[in-house]
Amino acid sequence: MTATAWTNVSPRDAEKYEEKEFGFWLYLMSDAIIFSLLFATYLIMVGNAAGGPTGKELFSLERAAGETALLLFSSTTFGLAAVALSSAERSKVLLWLAITFALGAGFIFLEIGEFRGMIAEGAGPDRSGFLSSFFTLVGTHGLHVSVGLLWIAVMIGQVLFKGLTAPVASRLMRLGLFWHFLDIIWVVIFSVVYLPGLL
Amino acid sequence: MIDGPVLDPKGPIALAERDLLFKAIAIMMIVIIPVFIMAALFMWRYRGTNRGARYTPNLAYYWPVEILVWGVPAAIIIWLGIHLWHNTYKLDPYNTLDPSVKSLQVEVIAQDWKWLFVYPEQDIAVVNELVFPAGQPLSLKITSDTVMNSLVIPALGGQIYAMAGMQTRLNLLANEPGKFWGRNVQYSGAGFANQQFRAVATTKEEFDAWVEKAKQSSGTLDASTYEKLSKPSQKVPVTHYSGVEPNLFDSIIAKYIHGDVDRMPSAAHAETAAEPAE
Amino acid sequence: MDIIFGRLTIDSLPFYSLIAASGAGVTVLGALSVVAVITYFGAWRLVLFDWISSIDHKKIGIMYIMVALVMLMRGFIDAAMMRSQQAIAFNSDGYLPPSHFDQIFTSHGTIMIFFMAMPFLSGLINLIMPQQIGSRDVAFPFMNAISLWLTTAGAGLVLVSLVIGKFSTAGWTGYPPYSGSEFTPGVGVDYWLWAVLISGIGSTMTGINFLVTIIKCRAPGMTMFRLPLFTWTVFVTAILMVFAFPSLTVACGMLVLDRTVGMHFFTNGMGGNMMNYINLFWLWGHPEVYILILPAFGVFSEVVAVFSQKRLFGYISLVLATMAIGFLSFTVWLHHFFTMGSSARVNSFFGTMTTIIAVPTGVKVFDWLFTMYRGRIIFKPPMLFTLGFLVTFTIGGLSGVLLAMPPVDYLMHNTTFLVAHFHNVIIPGVLFGYIAGYMFWFPKAFGFKLNEKWGTWSFWCWIIGFYLAFMPLYVLGFLGMPRRMEHYDIAAWQPHLIVAAIGAFIIFLGIVCMAVQLVVSIRDRNEALDLTGDPWNGRSLEWATSSPTAAYNFAVLPQVQSIDAWWDMKQRGVAYKRPDAYEDITLPKNTFISAVIGGAGFVFGFAMIWYIWWLAILCLAVIAGAVIVRASDDDSDYVIPASEVKAIEDARFAQLAKAPKNEMADDPGFAGQPVAEGSA
Repeated sequence: MTATAWTNVSPRDAEKYEEKEFGFWLYLMSDAIIFSLLFATYLIMVGNAAGGPTGKELFSLERAAGETALLLFSSTTFGLAAVALSSAERSKVLLWLAITFALGAGFIFLEIGEFRGMIAEGAGPDRSGFLSSFFTLVGTHGLHVSVGLLWIAVMIGQVLFKGLTAPVASRLMRLGLFWHFLDIIWVVIFSVVYLPGLL
Repeated sequence: MIDGPVLDPKGPIALAERDLLFKAIAIMMIVIIPVFIMAALFMWRYRGTNRGARYTPNLAYYWPVEILVWGVPAAIIIWLGIHLWHNTYKLDPYNTLDPSVKSLQVEVIAQDWKWLFVYPEQDIAVVNELVFPAGQPLSLKITSDTVMNSLVIPALGGQIYAMAGMQTRLNLLANEPGKFWGRNVQYSGAGFANQQFRAVATTKEEFDAWVEKAKQSSGTLDASTYEKLSKPSQKVPVTHYSGVEPNLFDSIIAKYIHGDVDRMPSAAHAETAAEPAE
Repeated sequence: MDIIFGRLTIDSLPFYSLIAASGAGVTVLGALSVVAVITYFGAWRLVLFDWISSIDHKKIGIMYIMVALVMLMRGFIDAAMMRSQQAIAFNSDGYLPPSHFDQIFTSHGTIMIFFMAMPFLSGLINLIMPQQIGSRDVAFPFMNAISLWLTTAGAGLVLVSLVIGKFSTAGWTGYPPYSGSEFTPGVGVDYWLWAVLISGIGSTMTGINFLVTIIKCRAPGMTMFRLPLFTWTVFVTAILMVFAFPSLTVACGMLVLDRTVGMHFFTNGMGGNMMNYINLFWLWGHPEVYILILPAFGVFSEVVAVFSQKRLFGYISLVLATMAIGFLSFTVWLHHFFTMGSSARVNSFFGTMTTIIAVPTGVKVFDWLFTMYRGRIIFKPPMLFTLGFLVTFTIGGLSGVLLAMPPVDYLMHNTTFLVAHFHNVIIPGVLFGYIAGYMFWFPKAFGFKLNEKWGTWSFWCWIIGFYLAFMPLYVLGFLGMPRRMEHYDIAAWQPHLIVAAIGAFIIFLGIVCMAVQLVVSIRDRNEALDLTGDPWNGRSLEWATSSPTAAYNFAVLPQVQSIDAWWDMKQRGVAYKRPDAYEDITLPKNTFISAVIGGAGFVFGFAMIWYIWWLAILCLAVIAGAVIVRASDDDSDYVIPASEVKAIEDARFAQLAKAPKNEMADDPGFAGQPVAEGSA
């Protein structure tokens, strides 16, 4: 019977990890407010195309669907990594983390492609208020995902070199919260930005 | 020049605003005066060296006091709230004053660092001088061709921002003829301190004569003159123009909108004088 | 644009005007003298290894307060320059051209709010709150240090703007489109934006830290309704910080994007919407003023009870009022722009909500007055500042209720009446509160008391100076004078401005008294030692620790049984009881990583301002690297063995044996030992 990360944790350390998780939730709430305000700004400015291109002309349902699929699957694979963590299966944790990373990287790759394409056809963030708010909302989410990718890479390193210790497990749980949170934000982006823009 | 515009208003709007100010101060005294009296009294009577005063170190709660300190301010706030609500509707800058009388329409364009007043019905324009007949409602439509400004004529009351691509309104009235000053009060750059204009309420005859004289001016405010005028300048002397580029005001707003859906405050306002049904 | 230096050139140095050069000279001289003093005392090891690398909340608190006091002087110099300019500039240009005056009023507001008041309150809270709840530290000591250094980085950017480049002229509120690149190109607004953004991230983290600390780190028996009022106000303040600062980040972030990348969030035309900035800014801005004042209200609650020698009156009311103020603070932001053209329905809603906030605030004032009722008041400087606050803040509250009524605001908005109102609540409210807290808790931090004579003189200068400096501004508002004017041509205004300048001078004397007080107190510290840790016969747990507090705060965590936990322990006779046994205590190790992150933040801000992109990317990499290094460190604590704890505590008990049990006993107003009394 393998010891999980949570055996042999002192009460004081357990308290510490609980505090870290709670603090991380508070950070996510402040981030949620940032995104809410970006959404509100987007909704105020969606009509401000300044005579330039609108969402209808720019958004591609296929790419948005692809990005959504990649991100949603990556949340699933991260969940599988978390399951592997709770049964202390180190190689499985590494595998699922790596797949999550790949899916997330795919998402970023598609998004960068989308942004480059739009800029190339003169629909960059400096074209109009609508485009400024679009690029900032979607771009901020993309920036968060990129930081998440870096974090996944660091955690892969930590699992490789330290194993599934209690601090490593605590960090993985917080990374999970972060990753799933970003997934939820993306679902809202898809619903508020891409779908109405295309319908 | 009037030097006490708020305390000595020259129009009904300013007068109503001042009266609300005084009324509110009077109502608040119900709370303020007891605070001063108690502070002074307690500081003196309960100073530590005064062994004559009663000392109850554990007196930490007394429900009549709680009811008083929550209840009385709450009641005052409700009373003030009624005045607030009523007067905010009554003194909305967008309210047309006295719909039975035709108001004088003036279009105002804020520039760096001066004010341009266009009289569309008289087809004249003036820089840094607003002349209007006393006793007739003055209806201002306001925009900016530069940064955010704020128009106020303290003796007549009211204040509203001027913003590019948007139109705001301010309705004022002067009871009697007189000379006032108005200015921008939203910091707008190096020339801000000089961004003042003359506001003159005249008799009907004087106003008509002034319009006639303005119509004799050699300059007209066509597109290229406007272009030159809108460049940054300070302490621009009063200049009259006979003849204004048609739809100048609307075109300045349109310049910033590019045909986008109107999302501006004018849409949120009903341009009527009636108070909404309460 | 240069690849290596961005838009930084030799012309960025302030040799274009005497005033700019003087400001730069003073700043550079100030920095050099700090370095010189540390070198002279051979204190580099101490400064680096005991302070800069410390993540102890008490040291962080003291460093925050040092930043606040330095920036108070810088911000005050701005005020003195404005007052003197306005006193002479009737039909004259005075000595400050608009380009300078406008930078000065901008930096005055920015410094006082972001780099004086915020660090002051963060400092006092850091120093005291963990001790009040019976904890050994805040929940996240490392993040606490990052917050300190990011705040310092922001302050550093504002100071550097005096030497390299210029500062913003757009006011502390930075309204676009004036603050956009079309109307104000150049580095000024960018200095302002990055200083605010970087320190704002620090404040958000601070809010998270304090919130988790209060919720999770209380001593056994310390239920929420046994918390001291100061901690309650910190609790609500922390909630406000976490929920309000994101809005500032979004507003300023969007303005940065407009200016740096050419986006159109707030531009004239091209789809920009300047009103959105104003909403986003004030959505933060109004909770911010409550963030500033609630901890000061907390200080007053502590001080008024201790120096009336009586229990705080109306504890539950005060807690409910604090919560109400916190909640309501998110419902009033539009009152900062009633004149932007919103409808009567919108204006009257926000006006009404604003007047409603007056109710819980009034409740607090009455509860403090009733704490004094039938007490025995001792007029030491913290109490003087509290009494000055009670009377003077009330006037500011009155002018606030007046401005809350939209029709009155239409007359008064952007006049000196508004300036008088907010100074009337900030100076007696926020500043007097933190000065009182500084004088109240100084012995806890350093082990000796501040000189009371100089403290009293400082108070009288502050309050007399305040009335002289700001009451004329109310009158000027009635005379129609707008704010932010560097010259004027209405003769009736000048006499009031002269009086205001005299008031500013008297406030200057008050600041001088505070400086002298500090010097004299350090010189005479051995005559004013606080040997018991409880120099004022206090009521809350921070007075249970030694002065200065040991690194671990409490050798044995206290068992709390009542409100006013320390007073209760004194009454039950268990106050200075020697514990039966000591245990090992684990504390976080010092680390330089937090200061490195702060320093990289400072350089990052500088690089973004001057468009030195390679440097900005490098700084981001350093920050990322530092975070990763820290996040991979599973051995960041050290242990104080029980024997060492015992040795420290034994020394303390030896000192206690030599000390008078109640240091207040010499005061003529002293009411006697805490004795168990029947209910009252």
